[in-house]
Amino acid sequence: MLSGWVSNPVFGMALTVIAYVASLRVQRRYPWLHPLFVTSGGLILMLVALRIPYEAYAAGGKVLEFFLGPATVALGVPLYRQFRRMRRNLAAILAGVTAGSATGLVTAGLSASLFGASQELVRSMMPKSVTTPIALELARELGGVPELAAVLTVLTGLFGSMFGPALLRRCGVRSDLPLGIAIGTAAHGIGTARLLRESEPQGAASSLAMALAGIVTSVLAVLV
Amino acid sequence: MTGFAILMAFLFAGHVIREWTGVPLPANVIGMILFTAALGLRLVKLETVEKAADFLLRHMMLFFAPVVVGVVAFFPLIGREAAAFFGGLVISAVAVLLVTGWTTRALAKDSAAASGAYPAKAAEEAKSAPDDSRSGAAV
Repeated sequence: MLSGWVSNPVFGMALTVIAYVASLRVQRRYPWLHPLFVTSGGLILMLVALRIPYEAYAAGGKVLEFFLGPATVALGVPLYRQFRRMRRNLAAILAGVTAGSATGLVTAGLSASLFGASQELVRSMMPKSVTTPIALELARELGGVPELAAVLTVLTGLFGSMFGPALLRRCGVRSDLPLGIAIGTAAHGIGTARLLRESEPQGAASSLAMALAGIVTSVLAVLV
Repeated sequence: MTGFAILMAFLFAGHVIREWTGVPLPANVIGMILFTAALGLRLVKLETVEKAADFLLRHMMLFFAPVVVGVVAFFPLIGREAAAFFGGLVISAVAVLLVTGWTTRALAKDSAAASGAYPAKAAEEAKSAPDDSRSGAAV
């Protein structure tokens, strides 16, 4: 079944780009469907159904993943365009991000223990709101498993990106600044990617919060 | 393409700084901070990088997709502690969202500025408005 062509990086890349374009078309008809959920869900189903080993897919996936690097640097553009507007609220932003990051460390640890999780899972779960590379490092320092922390981080980002904006609006957080700051603190780059498609002020606030949450959580984790 | 080269240069600078100083931040976040500062100090002109940056940002979800697919490798591990895994994930994500949102909303100076309807900044908004619609329409 596994012949040479599936392990060629072009396979994983082509499959991902096709799934992504399809997910954007699906979203046009059903706007509540999150493109990232549709893309990755579709890809996972396909890999499982066709028994394609993950490693074969990852050869191409890694190529696309690389572009997260320059894309994250590019967040500087909305950040710069919106910075003057956010500067006057810097204190509120810092307070929000700090409160949120502390809440993340504590509630993740507590709720996981409450559900009877192993120490390993509890400690991997604590840093899950920050961007993946930081979460990996922090999990290692807190005594968790870095790979598990990466999975938790990605799924938290996806969850926050899918349901965060609606939840916040329902709970009275409607203006761009607090909404973006909350999404960036809780759902890092994946949340930011969604907001940027919908509103630049929200996306810029989210980028700023994502960077700040990384710094604040690193400091808090050292104190824990 | 010049814009893309500039973004890559800042990403590389982020890597170098991380290696040399051991700052506990990922290279791409260091690059983003440096790049924002360079824009602010007019070392890099917005027009040079705007096109490349807007393209990358509009399709950021595409680059995240392989990362999410990577979760398959952990299905057995997740299955063993599924309740704690998803319970902890959802509870803490909701808590972070609400605590951050409410705190920021309570302390933000005025909601008009925060929601983007601040009159003194009208010119700036007019400037960024086309970008908003562009990123929205390109779905």
